[in-house]
Amino acid sequence: MAPLLIFLLVVFVLPIGTFLARAVQESDVPPVLPRTIAALSGWDGAAAPGEPAFAALVEDLREARRRDQEAGGGSIGRASARLNNDWPGFRSLLPATARRIASPFQGEARAAVLAAAPEWGEVAPWAAISRAGGPLSDFHLLAVLDLKRDAAGHIAAAPPDQSIFRAVLWRTMWISLCATVLALAIGYPLAWLIATAPSRFAPWLLAGVLLPFWTSLIVRTAAWMVLLQREGVVNATLQSLRLADGPLPLLFNRGAVLLAMVHILLPFMVLPIYANLKGMDWRLPRAAMSLGASPLRTFWRISLPLSLPGIGAGSLLVFIQALGFYVTPALLGGANDQMLSYFVGFYATRTVNWSMAAALSCLLLAAVAIVVALYARLVGFEKTRPA
Amino acid sequence: MLRRNFGAVLAMGAALLASGTASAQQRDLTIVSWGGAYQDAQREVFFRPFQQQSGTRLLEETWDGGVGVLRAKIQSGANNWDLVQVESEELLLGCEEGLFERMDFAAIGGEQRFIPSAVSECGVGNILYSFVLAYDRGRMSTAPTSWADFFDTQRFPGKRGLRRGPKTTLEIALLADGVAPGEVYKLLATDAGVDRAFRKLDSIRNDLVWWERGSQPAQWLASGEVVMTDAYNGRITAANQNDGRNFGIAWRNNLFTLDSWVIMKGSPNRAQATAYLNFWAQPQVAAALPPRIPYGTTIRGADALLPANVLENLPTAPQNAEGALQIDDRFWLDNLDKLNQRFNNWVSR
Repeated sequence: MAPLLIFLLVVFVLPIGTFLARAVQESDVPPVLPRTIAALSGWDGAAAPGEPAFAALVEDLREARRRDQEAGGGSIGRASARLNNDWPGFRSLLPATARRIASPFQGEARAAVLAAAPEWGEVAPWAAISRAGGPLSDFHLLAVLDLKRDAAGHIAAAPPDQSIFRAVLWRTMWISLCATVLALAIGYPLAWLIATAPSRFAPWLLAGVLLPFWTSLIVRTAAWMVLLQREGVVNATLQSLRLADGPLPLLFNRGAVLLAMVHILLPFMVLPIYANLKGMDWRLPRAAMSLGASPLRTFWRISLPLSLPGIGAGSLLVFIQALGFYVTPALLGGANDQMLSYFVGFYATRTVNWSMAAALSCLLLAAVAIVVALYARLVGFEKTRPA
Repeated sequence: MLRRNFGAVLAMGAALLASGTASAQQRDLTIVSWGGAYQDAQREVFFRPFQQQSGTRLLEETWDGGVGVLRAKIQSGANNWDLVQVESEELLLGCEEGLFERMDFAAIGGEQRFIPSAVSECGVGNILYSFVLAYDRGRMSTAPTSWADFFDTQRFPGKRGLRRGPKTTLEIALLADGVAPGEVYKLLATDAGVDRAFRKLDSIRNDLVWWERGSQPAQWLASGEVVMTDAYNGRITAANQNDGRNFGIAWRNNLFTLDSWVIMKGSPNRAQATAYLNFWAQPQVAAALPPRIPYGTTIRGADALLPANVLENLPTAPQNAEGALQIDDRFWLDNLDKLNQRFNNWVSR
């Protein structure tokens, strides 16, 4: 038990935990601007701070610049990238200020800094520094909920043209729900067919479900691309059968995403239901029939309730996997079919903003946890065992 | 016993370290480029001839970009790269962070040897490439000639491809809306300008599909998924030459950018690197690359040595360069976060 626990901790909990922790850690700005952050600790955010903060800024930037020049650490670059995320313009403001105030000057630091870059006379850059002062902050967690703290520290909604993640979260939920319902609608009759098929055919039917299961997800997604593209197999067939006048736009839309997702997730729906139906006491529906119930009534009152655990397990499995889908919507979907994981990838690889990627991962994880908790509350895991 | 062994290990380590530093000072000139067909062409026309002519030993490496890689090299103190081809953003960031030596233009023949956009504090531009409007000649009865045509769904019905993201997309929208190239970034720096760009994009939003990898535009044109798209000029010409396509390019108001050579900070091979740059910067040497791969050269006088059928596919050809807009990296460095957010919001609405 203990070795297994250590193994789990080291290869699973620890790396994922350290990544998720980036959502709340502020590690880029404090090493560069320690004195400035200290000078801003009692600042009310009403107007640009006084001389001590400017003097601290000058001292911090000179030291960081000297360190960067010697060791090539790029610490000012990383700090300005983090701050630019909060207040656009910081990416060049911080390095430019550091360069311009590097040589000694006479008089007040405030005047010198403002002469180097007038932006420091505004509240916004100082507020951004104070928000990034760490060691921990809720900046990224609020950002993925389309919220932001103002200079005084009150939480407010982000402007509409900068808000996106709530809509993406609902879309992720909606697409996953649609995929689950479709997979159930196709998977249940299929599982029923396999469970009730003569024993000569059942293995072949089961293999038919399992075969795509053993094919890589990317291969299956790419295959749908080939089938659905403008001059693809489906369009060519439709046109040769004169069912369509011109090529239909089958790719890069919600339909294509759902089609491929249901295809990929179907085994996860069929197998639990099949296992459940196989284990069901088939004497019960027969008894109902012999007592005069119609087939429909027998199904509705006896078979369906008995197979609910399988339906629950299959739906939960499919829904949770659908929440994390990335490749399929990215390749087959249009711009408004992208799900939460697309944005995790976007921040992790395209803009190299790991804090945002981690915060979005937390959001996805929380969504899954809520779904599982709801399931446990409404259905209960004890019922999920095959009957 | 243990102690003696420990001492021996320490001595051995010190010896290794010493020999390591010694070899760092004597190591061969290491040139880092982007691999693939591009580096193969560079090897053939630049690296090998330079080695033969100068007798300098030269090592090649390949990378995929990213200022973090260069930062790690310098920070570790074990940098083994001398001359690196960087993209414009890495040039800007690395120069600011002190990762590169200053480019000594006096030592490589003076600034006037290069086109103006190739000259910068830390690097010298070595290739120039563009985002252009590309279409399939075989599917278009009339050829689109400008970004305004790209937005004209009446005359040119069908889907259009654009690179996913605000960079290049917003510039194209403003150019299509009649903004002069010189005014684009001034306008984009204002909220009104950004609003105007998104309004223009709104007018064709249902006809847009977004590409993310440089190979997609040519694939989509070939499969008829889109009737026109923005694309890297080199990919389109390569598809025509290698895959037998008949793609057309509308050069008007193309967006161009440069890659540059930089010398890594503290490189022990500065003299050899400078010698290489001097070799490459001869017009007749630089002119050997474009016939193999359609990137524009940055050496004055090199274009004049190119055959007309090569030059017409280059962004540096006079008729192609007219009205072109250089992508402003400083603008994007400051505004990419905000405009990414706004773009993602707009695109997924």
